[in-house]
Amino acid sequence: MLKTRIIPCLDVKEGRVVKGINFVDLKDAGDPVEQAKVYDFQGADELCFLDITASSDERNILLDIVNRTADQCFMPLTVGGGVRSLTDIRNLLLAGADKVGINTSAINNPSIVEEGANKFGSQCIVVAIDAKKNKDSWTIYTHGGRKETGIDAIEWAQFVAEKGAGELLVTSMDRDGTGKGFDLDLLKAITSKVSVPVIASGGVGSLEHLVQGVKEGGANAVLAASIFHFGKFKIKDARKAMTEAGLNTRL
Amino acid sequence: MRVGIIDYGSGNIRSVFKSFEKASSLLDKNIQIVIIDNVEELKGIDKIVLPGVGAFSDCMQGLENINGLVDLLYKMVIEQSKAFLGICVGMQLLANFSKEYGHTEGLGWIEGEVSAIEKIGPEMKVPHMGWNSINFDKKHPIFNRIQKEEDFYFAHSYEFNVKNNNFVLAKTYYGSDITAVVLKNNIIGTQFHPEKSQATGVQFIKNFLEWAP
Repeated sequence: MLKTRIIPCLDVKEGRVVKGINFVDLKDAGDPVEQAKVYDFQGADELCFLDITASSDERNILLDIVNRTADQCFMPLTVGGGVRSLTDIRNLLLAGADKVGINTSAINNPSIVEEGANKFGSQCIVVAIDAKKNKDSWTIYTHGGRKETGIDAIEWAQFVAEKGAGELLVTSMDRDGTGKGFDLDLLKAITSKVSVPVIASGGVGSLEHLVQGVKEGGANAVLAASIFHFGKFKIKDARKAMTEAGLNTRL
Repeated sequence: MRVGIIDYGSGNIRSVFKSFEKASSLLDKNIQIVIIDNVEELKGIDKIVLPGVGAFSDCMQGLENINGLVDLLYKMVIEQSKAFLGICVGMQLLANFSKEYGHTEGLGWIEGEVSAIEKIGPEMKVPHMGWNSINFDKKHPIFNRIQKEEDFYFAHSYEFNVKNNNFVLAKTYYGSDITAVVLKNNIIGTQFHPEKSQATGVQFIKNFLEWAP
């Protein structure tokens, strides 16, 4: 039986883990290498590492930090931020990433999704979708939530899934950092229309929210940052809550 | 003992290297883990690891791009019976051919074909991504200290349909039974990623390092 994954996320800025509220006003939550070690020890199902200002700073991801973070992980590691070319993807894989998250560059150059999937396999290409509600629909943003594109999030999700994305990381910008729970309508709208796994992200403030993301939102994995970083909950607490709600989790 | 991890331009070499170093550090043996990207270095190797992340055709092309590699692998694995572990696409390459992006010939060391995971209903997402339990009936040293139903990490859209079921050592379930571990004499292959399967994965690798086929 396939298990629902619990994925802590390290949002990294200038080499430090930070967690912002609605993507701005960032607080410092420490050293990514130390955090990775903690999550490996706690038995997280995967780890996600996002260099949140790589695109807006127009620079490449900090490979050395990815490298040192990966050294602490015997679990799958997804790395995103400033990935623009197949060479960038290859360099991240060599630094120890297992999957690569692409957001901004997929919009600027959608062929990177297809070419990346052909070269490295679909399972390696995670397309990150940062979506904001706009009346009855959602539009996507790039550059770490700094640029609006006007592209419809649901249509985009279907497009990149068809082009070979192996997984979608769907973040609600309205909910991110608020602790109010996932945007379940957004999740439902996407999970019901794509055939690839979806990771729910943005807004987790309680363990119940994790359960909702799967049961109501249809997500295959749940991602959270603050509730784990600041020690409010451990991975095993999340597992317990999800198991009690009837979901299959590991251990 | 020298264990060689083959770097043919595709694959998460660093993750595999790291996990093998970790596993060997737990053994009271003199084991050297080396990354190999040419035929000369392969010659002194006792155990061979073929990782694989990516598309089948791209991986096969990567192997063939290293002059003489496929021939030397055949000599060492098939004729000299050196222990071999293929991981994910590294296992799928053992097949006769794959249907991923057309038709690509594989090594043909274990008869069978690689085809897309069958999707049953809209709820079922592909790739098969995440932790799934494996099932096995036969006792084998590769499962030393590993229980039935233990979880390993999978990430794949294609599966290895092995012609002779006797070569399938373990299966996992995702919509239907999927080959999880193949075994033929000195050759082992895993669809899952032991290098990404935390403590259970390290135990599996340790078992491979201790295995004397």
